Amino acid sequence: MRRLAAIVLAALSLGLARPQPPVALDLLLAEGPAPNLADYRLFTDAGGRRPNGRVTPYALNTPLFSDYAEKSRYLFLPPGTQARYVATGVLDLPVGATLVKTFAYPADLRRPTERVRFIETRLLIHKAAGWVALTYVWNADQTEAVLKRAGARLPISVTGTDGQPLSFDYAVPNVNQCKECHSVSGVLEPIGPKARNLNGSFPYVTGTENQLAHWTRAGLLAGAPPLAKAPRTPVWTDAGESVDARARAYLDANCAHCHNPQGHASNSGLFLQWEETEPAARGVRKRPVAAGRGSGDLGFDIAPGRPEDSILLYRMKSREPGVMMPELGRALVHKEGVALIEDYLRQMPP
Amino acid sequence: MRAYAITIAACLAAGAAQGKTLAVAAGPDAQERLQTALIDAKPGDTVAIGPGKFAFADGLSLDVAGVTVTGAGQDKTFLSFAGQKAAGEGLLITSNGVTVRGLTMQDTRGDGIKSKGVDRISFIDLTVEWTGGPKETNGAYGVYPVSSTNVLIDGVTVRGASDAGIYVGQSKNIVVRNSRAEFNVAGIEIENSMNADVHDNVSTHNAGGVLVFDLPGLPQMGGHSTRVFHNKIVDNDTPNFAPKGNIVANVPTGSGVMLMANRDVHVFDNVIDGNKAAGVLVFAYAFPFSDKTYNPLPRDIVIRDNKLGKNAWAPSLPGGLALPSGMNPAPQIMWDGVKSAGGVTSDVKLWIKDGPVLNLNLASAGALDTAKPSVTPTLGAPGQAEPPAVMLPAGQGKPAA
Repeated sequence: MRRLAAIVLAALSLGLARPQPPVALDLLLAEGPAPNLADYRLFTDAGGRRPNGRVTPYALNTPLFSDYAEKSRYLFLPPGTQARYVATGVLDLPVGATLVKTFAYPADLRRPTERVRFIETRLLIHKAAGWVALTYVWNADQTEAVLKRAGARLPISVTGTDGQPLSFDYAVPNVNQCKECHSVSGVLEPIGPKARNLNGSFPYVTGTENQLAHWTRAGLLAGAPPLAKAPRTPVWTDAGESVDARARAYLDANCAHCHNPQGHASNSGLFLQWEETEPAARGVRKRPVAAGRGSGDLGFDIAPGRPEDSILLYRMKSREPGVMMPELGRALVHKEGVALIEDYLRQMPP
Repeated sequence: MRAYAITIAACLAAGAAQGKTLAVAAGPDAQERLQTALIDAKPGDTVAIGPGKFAFADGLSLDVAGVTVTGAGQDKTFLSFAGQKAAGEGLLITSNGVTVRGLTMQDTRGDGIKSKGVDRISFIDLTVEWTGGPKETNGAYGVYPVSSTNVLIDGVTVRGASDAGIYVGQSKNIVVRNSRAEFNVAGIEIENSMNADVHDNVSTHNAGGVLVFDLPGLPQMGGHSTRVFHNKIVDNDTPNFAPKGNIVANVPTGSGVMLMANRDVHVFDNVIDGNKAAGVLVFAYAFPFSDKTYNPLPRDIVIRDNKLGKNAWAPSLPGGLALPSGMNPAPQIMWDGVKSAGGVTSDVKLWIKDGPVLNLNLASAGALDTAKPSVTPTLGAPGQAEPPAVMLPAGQGKPAA
């Protein structure tokens, strides 16, 4: 008995001295999904707050609006691998690379770091055969996140940005819905980690630094040019940028995952990716094709100088399924986004 | 859940070599159970939806190739989306080789059933309807294959769509047959598509019966080779309730067939009757466009051997234009006479055997003030080769042996 106790003690002290076990790469690469988020050991705590080694937090200059959810993003890279810089589009990420995104709500949207409740953590895992999307939903105690493949609706009640109570149904996507947005010619791919959208600063524990520079210095990213030569998506809230640039960045992040020539909405002919330059393709005096009642009795996607006559804005302001855009991932109107696009359309020369 | 698992196990034990059956019965959590089955299905499997009424709060989707989705029948399995909170359609299909058969979809907030970017999609014995009758707030399309190849629509009924009941867009190799479209804005519409056979359908009580269009500024343009034959296109009399801005909002209430842009369209052996605006309209796309690869003219059109009843007793033209005075009632078939539009000039070869035909002789598309109407017993000359019959891949849409 004494001996057993001694072994346990010895094991415990060894455990304390040893570093945390690494991310479970074998589970990330396994054919099927793990039932619990914790199985992957992407975090060292049960609550999913403390990232494990080789799990790097990042942020996007201009992110997708998701019903005012707070999002924390991480990139895991397997030992001995690097991301490769790509000037246009998503970075070239190695097999085993995993993008981790947790969606959370603070009790009061005006205090985003206080009383934060995790809702779900989504993974995009680069398996040998391609990318796979999974989502794990957190329990009420915030101690465990469990695989949810068929989607779910979760009631959310918080204090809104205007100080008023805000209640709505948050939609956890099913795996097909993940792909609707994350689809390039029908193949699932990441959207966010493009060099231009990562080309901004991040408050690391070691100090604030440009993400491309930090990743390069840490050996996570190869092939990046000097920062001055790297493309950059404007920060949509940065008043120092032009309205046009901010609005195009916003539309890129919020619409272009479907509205691009290889996306789910390719048949619409409305293309809003940052790189699109053709005014008609961007919606200027473009007639709707398959909008149905989404047209709102209006003639053009964008009526230059007339936001009130532009289908683009009408659909952003709607909460009606069949009218609202994006079709997925939004139950609320993004007032601040609407205001930006309204300015963009108004200042557009007729 | 346990009963569900047992059903699967039983089906597995039955040893269907062609794939297993995932049965989904009516009852609580139908959304999650059906969506899970649609995710878990493997190629060759059947997702069998039982009889009864199923209510959904979200759209459904299928992304596994070679899956058949069946109901217990159009009059037995009802999928209601009246409480739908998100998604642009009731059921979205993004995988190849899928058949959906034997069920009714009701009151989707957007489109009914959509397939996007797939090969070999079959919609068989389905009803898609909006139960409150024709309303502008109904979804746009009932059955909606887009950017798809090898499309079969057979035995489908659509009612109440605020755009087109059966709408095939930017697709190739299409058969629409034995189907019924009623109380929609457009009954059946083939748009920016190649090689379509539309036959043995009934299109009635829509604003417009059958439309064959080509529109600019889209990934697939240059629609051609559509045959519209053996259909009953009768009594299209529902006032056009399309939201403005949509191209079908320009279709006059009471149009039998309307052809706009497109080439090699043959309309024959149909019954066209009881359509007050026109029997057949042949018109150029009249809006400005910047797309240099687009041809706005209908050309190589044949209209022959249709059984024309009484049409065009209150004639009206696309876009709400009125006919010149003295043209009421008008000939049942009308052509705008435009051979050059938007900088494009084409050798517009028409053979309109069914007459008399009104040629408006417009100087440019939509310019009704330039009309120099003439009426002739027939128009043009025969000789246009008929597009070959559409052949779908062997076995498409047939139940697994």
